[in-house]
Order: sequence, then C-alpha cells, then structure tokens
Amino acid sequence: MTQVPEGPAESRLEQISRILIDDSSRVPVLIWFTSSVVWLLLGSLAAMISSLKLHNPDFLGGIEWLTFGRIRPVHLDIVFFGWSSMAAVGALLWLQARLCHVRLPWPLLLSGLAIVWNVGVVVGSVAVLAGHGSSIEYLEFPAYCAPFFAVPALGVLAANIKMYLTKNSEHTYVSQWYLLAATVWLPVLYVTAMLCTYFGLVQGVSQAITNWWFGHNALGLWVTPIAVATAYYLIPKVTGRPVHSYHLSLLGFWTLAIFYNWAGTHHLTGGPLPAWTITVGVVGSMMMFIPVITVAINHHMTMRGVFHMLKTSPTLRFTVFGSVMYTVASFQGSLEALRSHQEITHFTQYTIGHAHLGLYGFFSMIMFGAMYYIFPRVTNNEWSSARLIKVHFWGSAIGVLSYGIGLCWAGWWQGVMMNDPSIPFLQTVEYVKPYLILRSVSGMGMTIAHIAFAISVWRILSRHHFVMSGPTLFTTQRPAWKEFVNEQNEREEMAQ
Amino acid sequence: MNKTFLVILGALLTIAFSLSGLVLIPNWQFQDHKPVVNPRDGSQYPAPYYGLALQGRDVYVDQGCTYCHTQQVRPKGYGGDIRRNWGNRRTVARDYMYEYPILLGTMRTGPDLANIGARQPARDWHYLHLYNPQITSAGSVMPRYQYLFRTVKAGELVPAGAIPLPPAFQAEGTHIIPNARGEQLVEYLRAQNRTFPLPEAKQ
Repeated sequence: MTQVPEGPAESRLEQISRILIDDSSRVPVLIWFTSSVVWLLLGSLAAMISSLKLHNPDFLGGIEWLTFGRIRPVHLDIVFFGWSSMAAVGALLWLQARLCHVRLPWPLLLSGLAIVWNVGVVVGSVAVLAGHGSSIEYLEFPAYCAPFFAVPALGVLAANIKMYLTKNSEHTYVSQWYLLAATVWLPVLYVTAMLCTYFGLVQGVSQAITNWWFGHNALGLWVTPIAVATAYYLIPKVTGRPVHSYHLSLLGFWTLAIFYNWAGTHHLTGGPLPAWTITVGVVGSMMMFIPVITVAINHHMTMRGVFHMLKTSPTLRFTVFGSVMYTVASFQGSLEALRSHQEITHFTQYTIGHAHLGLYGFFSMIMFGAMYYIFPRVTNNEWSSARLIKVHFWGSAIGVLSYGIGLCWAGWWQGVMMNDPSIPFLQTVEYVKPYLILRSVSGMGMTIAHIAFAISVWRILSRHHFVMSGPTLFTTQRPAWKEFVNEQNEREEMAQ
Repeated sequence: MNKTFLVILGALLTIAFSLSGLVLIPNWQFQDHKPVVNPRDGSQYPAPYYGLALQGRDVYVDQGCTYCHTQQVRPKGYGGDIRRNWGNRRTVARDYMYEYPILLGTMRTGPDLANIGARQPARDWHYLHLYNPQITSAGSVMPRYQYLFRTVKAGELVPAGAIPLPPAFQAEGTHIIPNARGEQLVEYLRAQNRTFPLPEAKQ
C-alpha cells in the first residue's frame, strides 16, 4: 500500500529510500509506540486515583493495594518507564534510522526487547501495588525488575551505535548527538543506581544522593535529550526551514551534557548533607540556563515567520508547545534550585506542579507531536479525524497549564504558611485542598485527551480503515466516523 | 566515525564525573562516621533499629508513608522546621548512618516525622491516628489504615490491647485491636527520635 512518489528522479530516489527505511522500522517502532500509549492510559488511571484520594482520602479507602502510598509511585513508574521511556525509544529508533539513512538493524530483536520492557513494567507495578516497592522515588520497582530494563536499554544502545557506524549520510545532524548520548546515559545511570541502591554499595545519606542523581538525570539525560532531539528534527522538517544555528546547537548539547549531571542534589536542599553537595547542585541548575537558552533561540528562530503553520499542523503545534514549555519549565526549575526559593517551595505541591510542566508540558507534548508525524509514515495510513486531534491538543494543553499553574501557586503559599509556625499545620492542608480538586479536574481533561489520542491510534492501526487522501491537518475535513466506516465497507464490497 | 566516539566518550566522562563527585566522594567522606556514646547510660546514638521497630520500617516502606512525610529537620533559620518543634536541632549525615533504605522524603503533605517518637511517645495516640486520622487531626487528608487493625466482638469486656476509641468512632459491642503490622509500624514511628545532641549539629 506504499504511495508511489512523484517528481524528479533524484528526489524520487530519495523518497523511495526513505520509504524503505520507514518500512524497516515499522514493527519495532509500532510496538514501542503502541505499548507506550497503553501505558499512558494506565498511567492516567493511576494518576486519577491518586489525585482523587488526596482530597478525598476515603475514596477506595479499604483497598490496601490502592492506598495512596502505593498507587502514587505506581503512577510515577508507569509514566516514567511505561509511557515516557517507551515513547522515547520508539522516537529515537525511527529518528536515528532516518538521520543515518540506514535501515533499522535487528527489527525482530528490537521488537522482542519492547516485550521484555513491557514485562518489566507489569511485574514492577504489580510488585509495588502488592507492597514490595522500595519507597525510593523513580526506583520503586524491586531489584529483580532491573534486567527487564537494563537488557533492552543495552540493546537499544547497540542498535544506535550500529546505525551510527554504518550510516550513509555524510553529515551528523544535531539530533543524532542527543540520541546517541541519551542511549549511553540510560543504561549507565540505571545500572549504577540499582547497584548502589540494592546492593549496599553506598551507605547513609549517600543513598539519598544516589536516588536524586538517578531521579534527576533520568529526566535530564534520558527523556530530555530525546525530546530536544525530536524537536530539533521535527520543527525544521515540518516548516521546511533549516535549524537556525549549528554552533549554538553544539554549545547547547555539550553544556547540557556537562551541567545537567550535577543538578540532582537540589532535591536535597536543607537536608542532612554537607553544604558543598547542595551548592554544586545549585550551580549545575543555574548553568542549565545556557543549554536551555541556546535551544530556545534555535527553535524559536527556526519558527520565525512560519508561526501560522501552528494553525494547521498537529505535529508542529504539539512540538512547538512542548519546546516553549521546555524553556518555561527549565527557567522555573533553575530558579527553584536556589536556596531562598527552596526554603519555601521544597516539600510542597510546587514541586509536583513543576514536574508536570516539565515531563508533561515539555516532554510528553513533543512525543505526541512525534507520534502524529511518525505513525502515518510507518503505517502508510492517515489520522482518521482532525476533531480527535483537536480534543487531544486542547485537553492536554489546557489540562497541563491549569494543573501546573494551579499547583505552583498553591505550593508557593503552602510553603509560606508552613514556614510560619503561628499557622497550625492542618491549616496548610485545608488551604491546599481546593487546588487539589482543581488538579483532579485538570487531570480529567488530560485523561480525556489521552482517550481521544488512543482512539486515533487504534483507528490508524486497524488495517481495515485506510485514509489515503493526504495528511490530516487541523483544517482537514474528514467524513464523520460512521459515514467513513460505511464508505469503507461499500468500497470493500465493491472490491469483492 | 570519530564524532561517534567523541559523543560516546563525552557522555561517559560527564556521567562518571558527576557520579564520583556526587555519590562516591560523599560516600567516602561519611565512612568514618562513628556513633556517639551517651555518658549517662552508656547507650550509643545513632543505633540500628531492632525488633518490632525494624519490622515496622518495612511497613513504613510498603505503605509508602514517605510520599507524604519527610524525616529530616532543616537548620535553624531555614524554613520553619525547628520553630514548629519538629526537632531541637537540624539533622545531619550521622543521624542516618544506619538507615537502609534512607527515607528522607521530599514532600510534606503531612508533617515531618524525624522526631515523631519524641513528639508523640504514646502508643495509643499513634493507634488512634492510624486507625482514623480524623480522631486526632480533624481535616487531615491521610487515609485510614484500618487494615492494620482487627475488630473483635467483646460485649461488655474490654479486651487487652483494645485502642481507646472515642465513642463517636466506635461501633457498639466491638473493639479495635492493632494487628502485628500495626504494632510494628507504631514501634518504628516511636523510634523516630533524633534529638540526641551531636557535636556537628549545633543548630
């Protein structure tokens, strides 16, 4: 069902080779992506249960498996390992094959590794729900889950290096450094953190530093570079304009590699650690202004003059939203690391608000953008409905903004009240409650968006329904689903 | 080709650098920590958990208490920790030399627990609070941990170990007794006491 390209011979050749590359990555990319969308739904479910419980503690009260202290870490782990990491691997395999101009190596192995990874998330989540979690944030899954993630991570790294070494393109595109570095960082981070945590290699408060060295770097050195790389690919691709500055992107990459590493200890400000460990965390966080500003300039300048395309292109709208949120959340994060800021916001809902502006507003939105671009290319099909994409975009965008702004506002004042001993502690709990309800409402909006997205994904995957008439833009009018199915059925009958 | 190795090497070096700086060097720095002997009774501080308190730590971990409660007191003049009476001094690295896993926490939906054993030494307070937080802390968003208790029908007689529920929270003819996990958790909470003066924690 491959479309035959038209145009001059040279570009036709290029298009054919691109189709062959997309063909080679079809199965693994679809398995990693589809799994991630299923985890997105389950992660939203765990999120809604946690959120409702926090302002209504008796909701599902008697069920030990769903107690807040278990369902909340399950939400985090499903979203991190299930949704974010699997979406990231899907995007990076597809991008790297395209950028290296090679067919994706070992498609069967890479598909198998997705299954292994899925088993890891299932086993880990059930273990935490059953009470076998470790209470170490981001590393709650018991030690026996480690091979399910470490082995696929090494497999993805091997595939990535192989593509690099056999690449048919002369140039190295900026996205490729980010992708390669991220695949190096993940296994190193994960294996080291698991060894230190579960085999007693570090004692006392060093465990807490290890925890945040991993927790912060897992975001900064694994999912962040992949989302930045994806935006670096998609924005020029969709707009048809080159990246603004090669040198800036070089600076942005190396400063991220050098400084993000050190930022993790800002999660321990005021804690029982030598002051210098916190100071390097604060310095690392402040230095993050450099890579963030360079990426912001590069992405914004690439978009200059073509902002009207946000009206029509779903990929571009999600990606640019994510890219802007990268700047916003990173600026916020750097300022948040300052001791005077942490004095107020550490230990409050502010942190939760910030985390969602980052991992959702920035990372997840760019992954949505990537999926809107990549799914049609690996399925040779088009999105069935512009309306579903609109529901997805506005549910996610409004949801995450009201979530983030609401909780950051609430967290700030919660912190101010907590630092004033004349205010009884329970008053801080009462103060936050309405914002927790707002959070549940925002979360509901995001969940509805995810359901719309999952329907779109199911339709593009179900091989009975082909939509061949050009890309689905926000302005595209497709027939209503019922008419569409009827039309398809008629066409099938005619074919018989 | 060269660039490939440059990126891989750069990635490995940067991560190794921060690993040694943040994890390995502090870990090496803390290795000399020794407990302090209390001159009054010869006991040592800090001491490892033992018995019910040690088992209770597993209950604390399994229930995920750490997602709403911290176990760290920030220094005087930084935040309201000491003025809120959550401790008489800041906590320092030595306080945690036997903690495995360490449960510093990052969230204060509920108050800090670093010294909850010193603040609330009575077992019954903990039992009432865990059975239904509204008894001791009206308006709390903490869940009720009723599965850490069992109900007995006991007519007029009050069975041994029954918790002193206020009448409004008590069903007639029944009494509530903590189960093994409930007892372990409460002993762990009562063992949270980091008030012993350490020379490096002046504030």
